[in-house]
Amino acid sequence: MTVKYTKDHEWVRIEGDVGTVGVTDFAQQQLGDVVFVELPEAGRELTLGGEAAVVESVKAASDVFAPVSGTVTESNGALVEEPSMVNSAAETDGWFFKLTLSSPSELDDLMDADAYKAYVEGLH
Amino acid sequence: MTEAPDTLKTTPLHGLHLELKARMVPFAGYDMPVQYPMGIMKEHQHTRARAGLFDVSHMGQVRLFGDDPAAALESLVPGDIRGLKPGRMRYTLFTNEAGGILDDLMVTNADGHLFLVVNAARKEHDIAHLTERLKGRAEVEPLPDAALMAIQGPEAAAVLARFIPEAATMAFMSYLPATFDGIPVIVTRSGYTGEDGYEISCASADADPIARRLLAEEEVEAIGLGARDSLRLEAGLCLYGHDIDETTTPVEAALEWALSKRRRQEGGFPGADTILKQLAEGAPRRRVGIRPDGRAPAREHTEITDAAGRRIGEVTSGGFGPTANAPVAMGYVETASAAADTPLQLMVRGKPLAARVAAMPFVPQRYYRG
Repeated sequence: MTVKYTKDHEWVRIEGDVGTVGVTDFAQQQLGDVVFVELPEAGRELTLGGEAAVVESVKAASDVFAPVSGTVTESNGALVEEPSMVNSAAETDGWFFKLTLSSPSELDDLMDADAYKAYVEGLH
Repeated sequence: MTEAPDTLKTTPLHGLHLELKARMVPFAGYDMPVQYPMGIMKEHQHTRARAGLFDVSHMGQVRLFGDDPAAALESLVPGDIRGLKPGRMRYTLFTNEAGGILDDLMVTNADGHLFLVVNAARKEHDIAHLTERLKGRAEVEPLPDAALMAIQGPEAAAVLARFIPEAATMAFMSYLPATFDGIPVIVTRSGYTGEDGYEISCASADADPIARRLLAEEEVEAIGLGARDSLRLEAGLCLYGHDIDETTTPVEAALEWALSKRRRQEGGFPGADTILKQLAEGAPRRRVGIRPDGRAPAREHTEITDAAGRRIGEVTSGGFGPTANAPVAMGYVETASAAADTPLQLMVRGKPLAARVAAMPFVPQRYYRG
């Protein structure tokens, strides 16, 4: 199992040709208390870097971008019911959606956990 | 683009904010705390349940002196200032010749002079406006070395009474010069949250020790600008530059209550012709409260349409109300659509969201009524 990260603070966990996408713990700290998420429907085609979901805190709305291209297979209904899971479990139960990867080679351009950790430290 | 921190001004409580690990943001030219580690949601709820301390030292404090500063100020605002008894205060508006709103402010009859509190982003404008327009009638004394903090919430009165016993029985919208641990302060029973509470004005050098004494009380937490905004939105209170500005009149803004009875009869304030005509005949648009049906917040500048999809206005403030536990907004709509429960649509990310006009405040105000 591999987890990769983007500069926009999304993570994607790869199992076979399926990716599970969410936002990182760093991202949820920056967002603050999340009160609403809008997730893509199954069947939607996402392209790398395109708008995939919306996350809203008390203060502002932010876009979540597709870390890789693919077709959405499922979104996290529990997160729609309980958006604060983005804050309490960003990298586990607070996942946003799953997709079937259409261009797995895109993963090569994403960061691994160590590279992402160094990237975030560089932002402080 | 965010302003570089070195171009920003700081308040006397800046060091305390950093010590409390606040997240700082530029606001009206100041480096201000938007939230502390507690977070906006909990800060908001803490203020509604207990007591919150806010640094509002960025706001402008001004004194007006003269033979009759109240009569002079009445030439610039539609409120009854001459009728304010010593120690009482009221909310009013600087209007322009077109009837638009230049700023909103609090005016106190401080027994011998008037004490004004104006918005941070407008203070330089307001001081210039007062100085120019009241020349020869009143002296304008800005107080750049004064700090201002607010303590708000149902336990604010009990906390402040430990330091200033006479604050407990102050009337809502009244003023009291007092001492806090021997430090001279000016206390008003007022605020911007819909809760009971006070604003405390003091010398800059005294702000830090006063804030620390208040924060040491078990009921009190430091609250940032993020929760200040969600609290005032739930209370239905306007934010200048967003809900009201030079293009909105007091009647459009549903602030008729700030047009005092005598001033309605006498006029004599900038834009009186337009404002009094609208008061009699109605205005083409009106500020209303808006409740989206679902859970998605509608933010400022969201387009409002009628049920048929025709554009009828725009959201001016919107977000999630932690106490309402729902999205809440305010905005302007054509007057024909301004009645409570009128169905609306909000265009959020290209899709129409069902909403309806709602009475404000969204959360009942709990001011001290003695």
